[in-house]
Amino acid sequence: MSGPFRLPSGGLIDRGRTLRFTFDGRAFAGHPGDTLASALLAGGVRLMGRSFKYHRPRGPLSAGSEEPNALVTLRSGARAEPNTRATVAEIYDGLQATSQNRWPSLRFDLMAVNDLIHPFLAAGFYYKTFMWPARFWERLYEPLIRRAAGLGRLSGEADPDGYDKGFRHCDLLVIGAGPAGLMAALTAGRAGARVILADEDFLPGGRLNAERLEVADMPGADWAAAVVAELAALPNLRLMPRTTVIGAFDHGIYGAVERVADHLPEPPPGRPRQVLWRIYARRAVLAAGATERPIAFPGNDRPGVMLAGAMRAYANRWAVAAGRRVALFVNNEDGLRTAADLAERGVEVVAVIDARPEGARLPGLRHLRGAEVVATAGRLGLRSVTLRHSDGRRETIAADALGVSGGWNPNLQLTVHHRGRPRWDEAIAAFVPGPGGPPGLAAAGAAAGLMSTHGALASGRARALEALADLGIAARAADLPRAEDAPVSLRPVWHVAGARGRAWIDQQNDVTVKDIALAHAENFTGAEHLKRYTTLGMATDQGRTGNVIGLAVMAGLTGRSIAETGTTAARPPYTPVAIGALAGRSRGKAFRPVRLTPSHRWAEEQGAVFVEAGLWLRTQYIPRPGETHWRQSVDREVLATRASVGICDVSTLGKIDIQGADAGAFLDRVYANTFSTLPVGRCRYGIMLREDGIVFDDGTTARLAEDEWVMTTTTANAVAVFRHLEFCRQCLWPALDVQLISTTEAWAQYSVAGPNARRLLERIVDQDISDAAFPYMAAGRVTVCGGLRARLFRISFSGELAYEIAVPARYGDGLIRALVEAGRDFDAVVYGTEALGVLRVEKGHVAGGELNGQMTALNMGLGRMVSRKKDAIGVVLSGREGLTDPGGHRLVGVRPVDPSAGLTAGSHLLEPGAAKVAENDLGWLTSKVYSPHLGHDIALAYLRGGEARIGSRMRAVNLLAGTETEVEITSPHFIDPQGERLRG
Amino acid sequence: MAEPLPPRTPFGLAEPLRRRIGPVGIVERFDLALVSLAERQGKAEAFATAARAAGIPLPGPARRAEAPPFAAFWVAPGMWFVEAPLDTHPDPVAALKPVFGAAASLSEQTDAWVRLELAAGDLAPLLERLCNVDYATAPDGFATRTLIEHLGCYLIRLGPGAATLLGPRSSAESLLHAIETAAAAIA
Amino acid sequence: MLIPHPLLGPRDAQEFVYLGDAALIDRPDGTAAGIEAFHDYLYLRDNPAGQHRELWYHEQGDRSWLVVTRDTVTHEILKAELARDVALARGRGR
Repeated sequence: MSGPFRLPSGGLIDRGRTLRFTFDGRAFAGHPGDTLASALLAGGVRLMGRSFKYHRPRGPLSAGSEEPNALVTLRSGARAEPNTRATVAEIYDGLQATSQNRWPSLRFDLMAVNDLIHPFLAAGFYYKTFMWPARFWERLYEPLIRRAAGLGRLSGEADPDGYDKGFRHCDLLVIGAGPAGLMAALTAGRAGARVILADEDFLPGGRLNAERLEVADMPGADWAAAVVAELAALPNLRLMPRTTVIGAFDHGIYGAVERVADHLPEPPPGRPRQVLWRIYARRAVLAAGATERPIAFPGNDRPGVMLAGAMRAYANRWAVAAGRRVALFVNNEDGLRTAADLAERGVEVVAVIDARPEGARLPGLRHLRGAEVVATAGRLGLRSVTLRHSDGRRETIAADALGVSGGWNPNLQLTVHHRGRPRWDEAIAAFVPGPGGPPGLAAAGAAAGLMSTHGALASGRARALEALADLGIAARAADLPRAEDAPVSLRPVWHVAGARGRAWIDQQNDVTVKDIALAHAENFTGAEHLKRYTTLGMATDQGRTGNVIGLAVMAGLTGRSIAETGTTAARPPYTPVAIGALAGRSRGKAFRPVRLTPSHRWAEEQGAVFVEAGLWLRTQYIPRPGETHWRQSVDREVLATRASVGICDVSTLGKIDIQGADAGAFLDRVYANTFSTLPVGRCRYGIMLREDGIVFDDGTTARLAEDEWVMTTTTANAVAVFRHLEFCRQCLWPALDVQLISTTEAWAQYSVAGPNARRLLERIVDQDISDAAFPYMAAGRVTVCGGLRARLFRISFSGELAYEIAVPARYGDGLIRALVEAGRDFDAVVYGTEALGVLRVEKGHVAGGELNGQMTALNMGLGRMVSRKKDAIGVVLSGREGLTDPGGHRLVGVRPVDPSAGLTAGSHLLEPGAAKVAENDLGWLTSKVYSPHLGHDIALAYLRGGEARIGSRMRAVNLLAGTETEVEITSPHFIDPQGERLRG
Repeated sequence: MAEPLPPRTPFGLAEPLRRRIGPVGIVERFDLALVSLAERQGKAEAFATAARAAGIPLPGPARRAEAPPFAAFWVAPGMWFVEAPLDTHPDPVAALKPVFGAAASLSEQTDAWVRLELAAGDLAPLLERLCNVDYATAPDGFATRTLIEHLGCYLIRLGPGAATLLGPRSSAESLLHAIETAAAAIA
Repeated sequence: MLIPHPLLGPRDAQEFVYLGDAALIDRPDGTAAGIEAFHDYLYLRDNPAGQHRELWYHEQGDRSWLVVTRDTVTHEILKAELARDVALARGRGR
C-alpha cells in the first residue's frame, strides 16, 4: 500500500505498479495515475508549502489547476522547475520534488515571523511603509523586498530541454473533456467534422473521474473511458490530453500548451518537453467545467482544510482519504456528496456543518443545519474545528480534515479574453459567461453554469450541433445518456460573520477578509481598485478560488450587489506558461535565422572574423598570421586597397529588379533625383526620401535595358524599401507599367576597388572594360571566366577606381577564388566591413550612422540632388521651414587637433568655452574611424551651421565615455576631394 | 559542358544535400532553373498567347501546374515562378525573353532559393510544426508562401507525403536546422 | 487575427505588415499641392472606435497591399480588398 491514507480499493490508479519519488529528500511511493498531491496525501503529508506573504503553512486546497497553495519545485539541477502545482503534476519513478518559500525547512520556517507581525503587513502596507525616507529605497527597501519576494527560485542554469511550436486547424475545438466536452466531441466527431479535443488533465473525463455519479447506467468514469475510446478511433478527431488552452485570440485562434514530456524523467532524445500550439478553430466549445470556491472563516487556510470537491476527487479518483476524521462545511447540495462518498468508502465523517438552516438531513451522519465554522486549530495541520450551532452554541470537534464547499464558479476565463463581461447568475450565485465573448466560442456544461451531469451532456451536444449547423456540416443528435440532473440548491455564504481571526480569501497572495475591509475603508471599492490595492487575484492562479468571494465581501460592505460590483477581466494565459514554451525552438543560435553570403565558406577558410549585420553574417576583417589586433588587419586592408586593389563581398546589399515600360517614370517618383533620363548601360546614385522629407535610403540604380533596371538598397533597408516600392506601385500609381522582384539572394556581388581594379578585372571579364569602353558609372551585362553571365557596375564607395561584379549566387564561391587568384601579383586583399567603413568615411560617403532616419538630403550635403521639377515621394515636405533652416545640421568632417588624440563616436560638438549642457550641443559624431592614410582618427559629424564652421575649432565631448577632445571641423571629404581617383 | 566556374549549392557544397531524420527524407534539388514571369500592364492577351505558345501553364492563386518541361506556380497577382530543367535552360531569362518580348518581365530566380524536396508517409505532422499551412486538407498542387522560423518560404504540395520547399538561399542552413529539429521531435 | 485575403482566403495576420489609415492612398499630386496639403495627408488621421479602413501588406505572402475594413473595437473584419483595385476605383492611375 502506497501510504497510510491510501484507501484499500478503488481509484483510477494502477496499483500493480509502484513509482518511487522524494519530497524534500524523503522517500515516498505512488502509482501511475497519481499526482504529486495525491501521492503525498496518501503518504500522510498535508503540509506542502508556505504562503507568499506570511509564510503560513499550507496544504493543497484543490485537486486541480486552480491550486493556490501546493506549489513546489519539480526536478533538480538545470531541470528544476519552480512554482509547479503538486495537484496536477504527474509522478514518475525518480521524481524529486522540493518545497519552496521556507528556510531552513518547511516545518520550521524563520520567515514565518511575518505571520506574527501581520498587523503591520495588511493590504497596501508596501505603499505606505516603504515611502520614506526616500534614500532608503535603493539601499534598503528594494533589496529587502527582492529577497522576500517570489516563491520558488530558478536554477540559474540553461534549460537543457527543447520546446516546440506548432499550428493546428480544426472545424471545432472542444476545450475540456468532461461530460460536456466529451458529448460535444462525440457529436461533432461522428458527424465527420475535424475536431480537436483538448484537456488539461492526463486522464480525460473531467469531474466524471472524481465522482461516483452514473452515466448511461455505468460509472461515469467508465462512460468517459468508453467515449474516449470511440473518439480515439476517429480519424477526424484529435485527442490532446495534457493540453491547456491558455487563451482565446482574434478570429478563432487559440493558444494551447501541450505538456509532452513533463510526466517523464526527461524528454526522449529530440523530443520537446512542451509544445505551444496555435490552433485555428472555425468554432469552439468551452467545456472547461467549474471551480469550487471555499468559504472564508478564521483559520480556513490550515493544511487539512480543503475544497469538498477536491476531497471527493482524492477519495474517488485516487483512493486517498484526506484524513482519519473528516468534517465538512458546506452551503450547497453538492458539498453533501463528499460526505456521502467518504462515508461509503469507510472514512469517518465526524460532522457535516451545513450553513443552510432548512432541508433534509443526510441519513446516518451528524448533519448540522444552520451551523458555521468559526475557528480551527493545529499549527502545521488541522487538529480541530470549532463550529457555531444555529442556536449560537459553540462546539469544538476533533478533526484532521475539513472539506469546504461554497459553491462552484464556472471556468469562463476564455469567454472574457476578448471583450466578454460575465453575467451574475443569482440561481447558482456565480458569474456565468456574458455577452461580448470571442465570436464562434460557446460555453457548455458547468462552464456555462449548468451544474448537473445531464445539463453538461445536453448542452455539450447542443453547442456542437449549433456549431456544425453554422459550418454547414450535417449532424445527427446522438441519444443523451441517462444522468443525474440535481438542482444546485445553494445559500450564498461568503464569509462567516461574527467570528474572530483572519479569514483567508486569496490564499496564494494571503488576502484576508480584513484586507477587503481595509480597502473598503480607504475607498478602493471598485473591482479593479480592490484587486490592485489588496493583490486579490494577482497571483499565478489569477484568483480562481478567491476572486468571487472577495468581490462578494466587498459587495456586502458597500451594500451593492455582486453584479454591480463587477469583476476584473481574466487575461491569457489561463494557467501559468513556462517561458521556454513561448520561446519554442528560437533559442541560442536558432534564436533567429542567419543569412550567409555565397562565399561564406571561402571566408571561413581564410579565418575571417564575422560581424552581424541584421541577420547577415558579414566578413568584418580577415586577420593574417602575426596580426594580433583588429586594427592591424583593418589598416592593412585599407592601405592595400588604396595602394593597389581590394576585394569586398557586397552581396548583402539589397537588389531589386524593376522592369516595365514605366519603370523610369516610377523611379523618378520614388527617388528624389531624376532617373528617367539615364541612358541604357549607365547607373546613378539615388537618394530615396520618406514622404515626410527625411532620407529613407540610398544606393545606385542601373539601367540595363530600356525597360529594365536594377536598384541597389542598403543592406539594412532592403526589405523596407521593397515594401515601400510595392506601396507606391499598388496604392499610389496603380496604372504604371512596373513589375518588381527582389533579386538580393540571386546574385553574388563583389566590389573590386583600387588603382589596379581594372587590371585585375581584365583578367576575369571577357569584354573590353577600358575607360573608354566602360567609363565611370557604366553598367551592363558581361561574361566572366570564359562565358559565365555576369553584371558589371563601375561604381565606387571608396573613392577609388572601383567596380562591382555580380554572378549568379552559385558561382560566388568560384568568383571570389578567381578574383583572389587574378589579384595575387597585385597583392590584392580581401577587405571586410571595417575597412569598407574606413574607406567610405575617408571619402565622406553617408551610411548607417548618417542615414539615421532623422536627416534630410540637405543635412547630408546632398540637397542639390532633390529635384523640384517632378513629383517624388518626400520632395514637398522636405521643403518645410524646419527642415530647410540654413543654420541646421550639415554633414562635416572632424579631425583631432592633436593627431595623437583619439575621437569617440557619439561625442557631441561644443564651442570651445561652452558649458557641457544640452543647450550648447551643436551636433554629434556619427561615424569615427582611424585613417591609416592620415595617421589619425577622423569622423563624420552632423553640426549646426556646419559649412560655415569648416576650419574652426570645437570640442568633441562624450560624457558617457568621459572623453573630451579638441577638434577641427573639416570638409567630409578627407581624401581625393576632387574625385580624380575614381575616374582613373 | 564544363562550367566556367564551379557551382556551389546554398550549403556551400558541390553536391546536393540528402538527409533522413526518422520518417522524414530531405533531398536538395540543384538542377532546376527558376525564373519570375510577370505580366506587363495592358498586355494580358499577348502575355497569355506567348505563355500558351511556350507551353508554360499559368495556374491561379495558390496553385502550381506542370506542363513538362515547364512547371509554374502563382506568386503574386500577375506573377508566376516558372521552373525548368537547368540542363536545358541554363539561362532561363534568355530562353523566354524572345517568346514574351514586351509582354512580360522576366527575372532570374534560380539561385535566390534553396530547394528541398520533403518526403514522408505523411508530411502533415512535420509541417504543422513548421508553418501555419493546413497541409492535410490542401489539395495536391497547392503552392503558397509561408513563414518558417521567420523565413519566407514557398511550400508546394505534391501529395500527402511529398512536398517542395523553397527557402531563401542565404538562410539555407537555418531552414535545414528548423526542419531537422521538427523532424526529430516527431521521429 | 485572420485577414480574409481576397485571393488567398484567410491568412494569419502574422504574415502581414500593418501600415494604417487607407487614406494614405489619396496622396496629393506633388506638382500641384503644397506643404499644407501634404502635411494633412501625412499627419492628420482619424482614429475611430469602430469601422476603420486600413492598409495591410502581405509581406510573407503574395506582396499584395490590402485595404481591410476592420472594427477597431471588436476586431471584426468586414471587408478586404486589393489596394490596387481600391486605388484605381478612387481615380488613381499613372
